[in-house]
Amino acid sequence: MSVKILDNLCNGCGACVDKCPFGAIELVAGIAKFKDNCTGCGVCGKACPNNAIEVTRKAKPKTSENKLDEYKGVWVFIEQRNGKIDTVALELLSEGRKLANELKVELAGVLLGENVGELAKECFAYGAEKVYLIDAPVFKDYRTDAYTTAICEIINIYKPEIVLFGATNNGRDFAARIGVRITTGLTADCTQLDIDPETRLLRQTRPAFGGNVMATILCQNHRPQMATVRPKVMKMAEPDYTRTGEIIPYQSSVKEEDITTKIMDIVKNLGNRVNLQDAEIIVSGGRGIGGPENYHLILELAEALGGVAGASRVAVDSGWVPHERQVGQTGKTVSPKLYVACGISGAIQHQAGMKTSEIIVAINTDPEAPIFSIATYGIIGDLHKVIPLLIQKIKELKLKAIA
Amino acid sequence: MLERKEKVEIVVCIKQVPDTTEVKIDPVKNTLIRDGVPSIVNPTDECAAEAAIRIKEQYGGKVTVLAMGPPMAATALRKCLAMGADEAILISDFAFAGADTWATSYSLAKAIEHVGKPDIVFCGKQAIDGDTGQVGPGIAEHLGLSQTTYVQKVREVHDDYLVVERAFEGGFELIKVKLPAVITVDKSIEPRYPSVKGSIKASRSEITTWSAKDIKAAPEKTGLNGSTTQVAQVFNPEVKFWSEMLKGKNEEELCDLLIGKFKEREIL
Repeated sequence: MSVKILDNLCNGCGACVDKCPFGAIELVAGIAKFKDNCTGCGVCGKACPNNAIEVTRKAKPKTSENKLDEYKGVWVFIEQRNGKIDTVALELLSEGRKLANELKVELAGVLLGENVGELAKECFAYGAEKVYLIDAPVFKDYRTDAYTTAICEIINIYKPEIVLFGATNNGRDFAARIGVRITTGLTADCTQLDIDPETRLLRQTRPAFGGNVMATILCQNHRPQMATVRPKVMKMAEPDYTRTGEIIPYQSSVKEEDITTKIMDIVKNLGNRVNLQDAEIIVSGGRGIGGPENYHLILELAEALGGVAGASRVAVDSGWVPHERQVGQTGKTVSPKLYVACGISGAIQHQAGMKTSEIIVAINTDPEAPIFSIATYGIIGDLHKVIPLLIQKIKELKLKAIA
Repeated sequence: MLERKEKVEIVVCIKQVPDTTEVKIDPVKNTLIRDGVPSIVNPTDECAAEAAIRIKEQYGGKVTVLAMGPPMAATALRKCLAMGADEAILISDFAFAGADTWATSYSLAKAIEHVGKPDIVFCGKQAIDGDTGQVGPGIAEHLGLSQTTYVQKVREVHDDYLVVERAFEGGFELIKVKLPAVITVDKSIEPRYPSVKGSIKASRSEITTWSAKDIKAAPEKTGLNGSTTQVAQVFNPEVKFWSEMLKGKNEEELCDLLIGKFKEREIL
C-alpha cells in the first residue's frame, strides 16, 4: 500500500493529523505532510474530507504458474502433547468448520505424533471430515525440523487453500518456517477470520502496530493462506462424538539423523504453575502497586476471589513480577469471567490481552486512566487502601456463608 | 572448565520499536497520542544481545548487532554497542519498505550472509510492535540453519552444539541444538545496563550501513515486492463498552458497592 497527499486538494484542515495512529502527519505551511515514520497504512485516506489523500493498494497480478485454484480445503494443525490434544486445536477446528462451510470445502486435521491415531475421533467430533495422520517414532515430541518437513511435504501433495495453527510456542516455531520454505504468507495472532464472498480469500484480521489499530491481511498470490490464532480467541463448538471421518495416513521422508535438535529432557512446572489462560478470575497489578514488596496484595486478592494473579508489562519489566504472569499483547491473552486491574493505566498493549473479559473492574487513582474506558466497574481510589479492605470484606462474607 | 575451545562469532538481530506502554489515549477525542512516544530497543532483543555478549565474554570472539530500519534505528544499535557488542550494522534502503515477515527475514538473512558465517544468530522471541515472532524462524529457514525458539537459558556452549532450555506452556524442554543455529530468547535472560565507559565508546562508534544492493538482496524478494501478505485494510478498532464508575464517600463504601456488584454477577 502507498499513500500520497495531493497538495492542490489539501486545505490543511488537520483531520488526517488526528486520525493517524502513528502521529506521522504534520501540517507544514497549511498543508499536510508525511513524516519519516509513516508506515503507509492508509488510515488517513478515509479521514480526509477533501479526498486529498490518495491510497493505492498494490496487488500483484495473479500468475498462472502459482495455480492457486488447485488448492482446496481447510486444514488445522492438531497439536498434541503426550497423546492429549491442545485445546487451541479444537477451537481452531470449530472455527475452521465455519470457514469450510462458507467455501463449501472439506475440513481436515493434520495430526503428527507416535501412536496418536486414536485422537482422530476427537477431530471428527469437532467438525473435521478428514485427518491426515503422520505417525512415526520420529514425531513423538515436537521438533522443528521433523514437523516442518513433514507438513511441507503433505501440503505440497494435497494442496490445502487454508492452514490454521494455534499460536502456541510450537505452532509459532514452525509455521513461520513452513511459510518461508514453501513461499507463502503467514499472519500471526489473528483475532478474526472470515471469507471474502467474491474472491474466496481468507480475510485475516489482527491487532497491528502494538494493538493501536486493527489490520486485515490477505495472502493473494500464494497458497496455502496460513494464520496463527492464540488460545482462547476462537470459541470451541460442542463436540458431536457420533460424527465419523476418514483417516489418511502419510509416510513422511523424515529420518532421525536429519534432525538437528535433540530433546534431552522435558521438565514440567509442577505445583505453583501460573495458568492465566484457564483462570476464571484474574487480578492483575501494574505500575500503581509501587514495588515488588506490594505485589502480595494482588496475590491475596486473587486468592480471596479464588483466582490467579497477573501483571502488566510495566510491573514485569520493572522486575517486580515474573514474566509468566504478564497479561497483554506481549504476554498472555486472557478472557476470564472477571478481570480486576489494579493500578494499571490500561495501555493499548495491555488492553489487547484482556479486553474480551466478561467483567472488568478497574482500581486506579488517576480518573483519566484509559483502563476506565473499558471497565465494567470503575473505582477511583488508592489500591493500597481499597485492596486490603476488599480482601477483608470478601473473607468475612465467606466466613458468614460457612456459618 | 571451558566447554568450547574455539572463539565464537555471533550475530544479534534487533529491532527499534515504539515503546507501546507509553502510548496514551486522548480522553476527549478517543484517539491515540503518539507525540513524544520514545523509541526503544525491542525488549527481548536486548535479552538476545545480553545472551550473545555473555557467551563472547566467556569464550572470546565477536558480537555483531544487526538491524533493519530507517537511519534513526542507529540509536538502538548504539545501545547494544554500549552493552558490549563489537560491531553494528544497519541495513537501510527504500527497497526494504513495507516488508512483511517473509521479506524481512529474507533481507536479514542476506545481511547475515554478508557478515560471514556466524556460529549463532540470536533474536528476541518477538517484537512488541508486530508481535509475530516469525522473523527468527524465517531467518533460520532462509539460511537453512537449525533453530530453537523461546529459549529461557543457555546452559552449555560447545564447539558444535548448544544446550538450551526452551520454554513451552507449562515447563521447558532441555534441547541440544546443532550449530550454526538461530536462537530466539525470552525475557528470562536479563539484560545488563550499559556502563558509562561503554556508552561513551558506543556514541563514538561507526555504524556500518548497507543497502539492498550491498547485501545482494534480490529486488523481487525485498520490501513490498517480496511480501507474501498484503494489508487490505487498517482501521481503528471500534470498541463499545458499558462502563459504570462506582461512587462512594470513602473506600469502605466503594468496596461495599463493588461487593454488591460481585454478588449480582454471581462472582461471590
